[in-house]
Amino acid sequence: MNDPQRHGGRSARGRSFQRLRAMSIKELAQISRDPSTYLITLVMPLLLLFLFGFGISLDASGTKVALVQQDDSAAAQQLVQSYRNSRYFAITTVHDRRPAREMMVRSEVRGFIVIPADFGRVVAQGKAPQIQIVTDGSEPNTAQFVAAHASGVFNTWLANEGPASKRSPPPGIETSARFWYNPGLQSRNFLVPASIAVVMTIIGTLLTALVVAREWERGTMEALLATPLRMPEFIASKILPYYFLAMASMTVCTLIAVFFFGVPFRGSILALFLLASAFMFPALGLGLFISAVTKNQFVSSQIALFAGFLPTFLLSGFMYEISSMPVPLQAITYIVPARYLIPSLQTIFLTGDVWPLFLPNMAALLVFGAVFFFLAFRVTRRSLD
Amino acid sequence: MSVAARATDIVKRFPGADKPALDGVSLEVEAGRITGLVGPDGAGKTTLIRILAGLMAADEGVAELLGRSPGDALDELGYMPQRFGLYEDLTVRQNLDLYADLRALPGDEREDTFARLLEFTDLARFQDRLAGKLSGGMKQKLGLACTLVRTPRVMLLDEPGVGVDPISRRELWSMVEALTQQGIAILWSTAYLDEAELCGHVYLLNEGRVLYSGHPDELAGRVGERVRRVTGFAGTRRHFLRAALDRPDVIDGTLQGRAVRLLFRDGAPVPPAAALGSGPDTVLEPAPARLEDGFIEILGGGPEGTSRLAEHYRTIEETGQPAIEAQGLTKHFGDFVAARDMNFSIPQGQIYGLLGPNGAGKSTTFKMLCGLLSPTEGNGAVAGQDLRKSAAQARASLGYMAQKFSLYGTLSVSQNLDFFAGAYNLSRSAARDAKERMASIFELEGVMEMDAGTLPLGFKQRLALACAVMHEPPVLFLDEPTSGVDPIMRREFWTHINGMVDKGVTVLVTTHFMDEAEYCDEVSLIYRGEQIAQGTPDMLKARAARMLSLEDTTMEDTFIALVEESDRLREDQDKVAA
Amino acid sequence: MSRLRASIVKEIWAVLRDRKARIVLVLPPLVQLMVFSFATTLEVKKVDIAVYDRSGGAHAVELVQRLHGSSYFRHIRPVQSPAEVRAAIDRREVLAALVIEQDFDRRLNAGQSASVGLILDGRRSNAAQIAAGYVRQVTGGMGVPSTMANAGGGVAITHWFNPALEYTWFTLPSLIAIITAVAGLAITSQSVSRQREDGTFDQLLVSPLRTHEILIAKMTPAFLMGLFNGTLFWVIAQVVFGVPFFGSIILFYLALVAFLLAMIGFGLFISAVSMTQQQSFMGTFLVMTPMLLLSGYASPIENMPEWLQYVTLLNPQRYFLIILHGVFLKAMPVSEILMQVWPLVVIAIAMLSAAAWMFRSRME
Repeated sequence: MNDPQRHGGRSARGRSFQRLRAMSIKELAQISRDPSTYLITLVMPLLLLFLFGFGISLDASGTKVALVQQDDSAAAQQLVQSYRNSRYFAITTVHDRRPAREMMVRSEVRGFIVIPADFGRVVAQGKAPQIQIVTDGSEPNTAQFVAAHASGVFNTWLANEGPASKRSPPPGIETSARFWYNPGLQSRNFLVPASIAVVMTIIGTLLTALVVAREWERGTMEALLATPLRMPEFIASKILPYYFLAMASMTVCTLIAVFFFGVPFRGSILALFLLASAFMFPALGLGLFISAVTKNQFVSSQIALFAGFLPTFLLSGFMYEISSMPVPLQAITYIVPARYLIPSLQTIFLTGDVWPLFLPNMAALLVFGAVFFFLAFRVTRRSLD
Repeated sequence: MSVAARATDIVKRFPGADKPALDGVSLEVEAGRITGLVGPDGAGKTTLIRILAGLMAADEGVAELLGRSPGDALDELGYMPQRFGLYEDLTVRQNLDLYADLRALPGDEREDTFARLLEFTDLARFQDRLAGKLSGGMKQKLGLACTLVRTPRVMLLDEPGVGVDPISRRELWSMVEALTQQGIAILWSTAYLDEAELCGHVYLLNEGRVLYSGHPDELAGRVGERVRRVTGFAGTRRHFLRAALDRPDVIDGTLQGRAVRLLFRDGAPVPPAAALGSGPDTVLEPAPARLEDGFIEILGGGPEGTSRLAEHYRTIEETGQPAIEAQGLTKHFGDFVAARDMNFSIPQGQIYGLLGPNGAGKSTTFKMLCGLLSPTEGNGAVAGQDLRKSAAQARASLGYMAQKFSLYGTLSVSQNLDFFAGAYNLSRSAARDAKERMASIFELEGVMEMDAGTLPLGFKQRLALACAVMHEPPVLFLDEPTSGVDPIMRREFWTHINGMVDKGVTVLVTTHFMDEAEYCDEVSLIYRGEQIAQGTPDMLKARAARMLSLEDTTMEDTFIALVEESDRLREDQDKVAA
Repeated sequence: MSRLRASIVKEIWAVLRDRKARIVLVLPPLVQLMVFSFATTLEVKKVDIAVYDRSGGAHAVELVQRLHGSSYFRHIRPVQSPAEVRAAIDRREVLAALVIEQDFDRRLNAGQSASVGLILDGRRSNAAQIAAGYVRQVTGGMGVPSTMANAGGGVAITHWFNPALEYTWFTLPSLIAIITAVAGLAITSQSVSRQREDGTFDQLLVSPLRTHEILIAKMTPAFLMGLFNGTLFWVIAQVVFGVPFFGSIILFYLALVAFLLAMIGFGLFISAVSMTQQQSFMGTFLVMTPMLLLSGYASPIENMPEWLQYVTLLNPQRYFLIILHGVFLKAMPVSEILMQVWPLVVIAIAMLSAAAWMFRSRME
């Protein structure tokens, strides 16, 4: 028993593998017993997917708009019908500007369209009529949608039914737009794949940070450090289970995206796994780094939220266009790992395998991963100082 | 004997602390015996052990483990940190498997080793239980088993006995002692001086310095001639102790049932009984010296007998009614009965102790009486206020000191005092007076603006007591008030408590220091949720002495004997039932 | 009264003296101000576009120059083949590609109308739609003056409340809701669970303090912090970002108070339910995320499925956002604001009662 020769009974590598295996088994046993794991790997992803699948929609359809109809002529009726038929609007008809204005102040409508009293007369004279579109500028994005689509409906009506339509069409430039990869313009199609990156950040960074901080907090880290366990083995034992957990969660999210939300999947599964794996590298590295610095579950979770979750959400091009941000903020987005994953994820789902896009992104992810791991290693030194 | 671990002139400073945690500490741990590292919390015990385990680097000095630098000898080291290093959400078996793999225990040896360890620790029945669901004593044994999966040559045990009942502590001690037979070197750190008495060699550590190194008996021997047991004095034992402690030639005194144990100053002759001025029947007889006596002397002696806190305390009016009453208090948590049918009645102006292992139900009983838990059955009263009917009034008339430091760590000392003055409805001027008084009595003036959380442990305990007694309540609830503090501070606390009791205050106290139970007028022994014995310490000791056929027993032996008897009765009942 | 005063003073100090709590108070609002006000813009500026000019004539060149001249586009990248168009879009190097047909110049020279094709990246359909609008403006402006314009017909577009469609006029008022909510939830949700972990909670419970006194004391720091943040951002919005404020200050504070109480109600509830700080953190996360996403800030509520729109009726943010835009930009009248305030009051009463009830039942 107490024979030092027995230590040589196995090769050093064999013993290292044995330790790694034991630590990973331990980690999995803990994962399966911890309710917060289920909350983070199951409840939160589903909640997010659900919110982005249903809650967030940037597609203006059925926008509430009032129509101030001050004219009853046939032409005006026709135009009103055109608005009613448009899928962009839900129309409420009134006959005076005042109620329309009040509805807009109450935020019940996003704008109103005025068909003036002389509308029919002008059309009858063969001249082009004029309408007025008033939008609620307090929400600029919606205001622009309303303005663009309301004038679009009017111009179409004018071209087909208006006084000018009887004559030969004036020469002009017609722009025919086609939206590749998402012809139905459903924001769900790009938000749901992108939210998978958020889910993976939560597992890779938040959960990992919590778990390692817990080892410090409960004093088990101290016991581990006094065993022959080596630092790389410890780190590997923390990474592997959470890597597989994140992959499993990613797979479930993908299945939900495709079969429940009907998002197309045009790329290859191989590319999806390669990219997701590359992303886990910085995500896990950041989680380990945070926990090694704080050694406290509560502080870890706060920092993981700030350094992991929020940037993934706001500064990755997920919902908000990076090119529209001020330059300093754009510069910050370059150090947000999700920035390199989200475009590729959307591409795998909607376009297909575009390796010239994927490869540089994967390279960037690996570089960030290396940096975070280096930092995590340095901080998790073999000491309690 | 060979030296397995050695520390030479270790200095360790932590950023932000003005004094070094270790200030030139040297120590040797020899193979084949238990070396004790003894000292109050914050003395530097844990830091030293961590340095020897290679978890921390010393700023100055050299640490060696088996002739190598500490980090290089991990294969031969068994280390048990304070919280045992167990994964509470894994089972006993999973914990053992993990440490067996980490220590590369060959698979063919595993079954034998585990069988031996599980038998040794008596955990075989609990293999599939989660470590977090084990009792304190069982966790401790499992922690030990995990460090023993490969027999190490050096074992470093950081306060393995803390928070564990005397029975488990004894079992652990005999297990570890058995290991010394195999030639293992063991360093055992502890705050319990009675535990340290059994070591082959002790290092007394205080504020980062070694105050004494040698065999425990040698230190006790230094004071051996000057310890006296006094009996037959007139008046109450508390009054006698106070008077004795106020004498310049007495450096320490403790209660022991009806008797008082005194330690006289070195150099001065021990006075004759008549000189103590406590009646003609006073008898002084020599008593065996203990390690604690030696420690107290090295630390400069205990406090005087008169409590300034008590001097300024209001006199609680005699009501003729019991101050605290428990009538059949029972608490269920689901199927689990945490406390069953607790009955006692504490007359005004007495100290009543609740004794028992962790998890036995003493905290549950305690919490029901101070209104933190509502009883499932039964009732209680504090200062004549029915707990069920007028809990808020009952709360206003009690002072409470929690087991763990539970003041606001981020508030300053002064803000904490202000808050408690306000929470207990002291008027502005009364609050100001009380605050000044507390600051002066507990010597808090210098730290008024410091964050309470950054105070040294002794000051924290003083502040906690100050906050609990600011409103001069007639009833005090103290939950392990002296846990972890040095013996001097413990004496100071008991001086205050004794003084307040004299003013008519009633005290309910829980403790796991068996010698402190001697201060109580009456105690209840609580075990497995039931009250297994109740009475004065002398009565219980006499009962245990009869059971053990001894003349005299210590409180600790009494405790163990009564618990074992309860276990026997239970087993008999089970047999009858079966 | 002295009990209540002492506990309120204690709670305020507990927040102000704790370094961790101070960081939670100061840092997030600053970061949020930075990030939210600049990053969460649905505006689309500086679009990268590819141009595949198959015509090569003078009109085509003019069209490209007009694109250059417009402020909407950043890089205009000439490409030579359909394959290059596909590659540029697939790799997300451009958001859109303009294809000028071969007969473009010939038809325009002949006085006929010509057409251009615009290919947009549907993976960013929101930005793409806006970019399509920009291209249409440029191509439309280049067409031969239309008879319609000659006849004086057409569309007059006015944007009320925000004529230049400044995005910050939308974000900054909204930030008042977001930041006060986050701070309010974060402070209150931690307060009880932290005390449970410290053991100070027992100490409170054995004192003569009543439940309502403890709760009111716990609410105070978050409430004051919310008022402070609200006022600070109210000033910043006007002074730094030039957002106008047309409404009534009294109504603004009335609504702010109702909103804070509602959010604090949620925070206290989470706090009363959780036993550890970890749990209250998770609870805050699980409440905060849906609240933000379903408030109408991230995307309009009417775009959501109808059943989900009913769910948003429980969200205090929804009402407060309408009030904020109302008082800042729309000079919303009292009656309208009160219509939005009463649901807040109902939510506040419901959540605070639920929290008090939960608090009492979890005393053990």
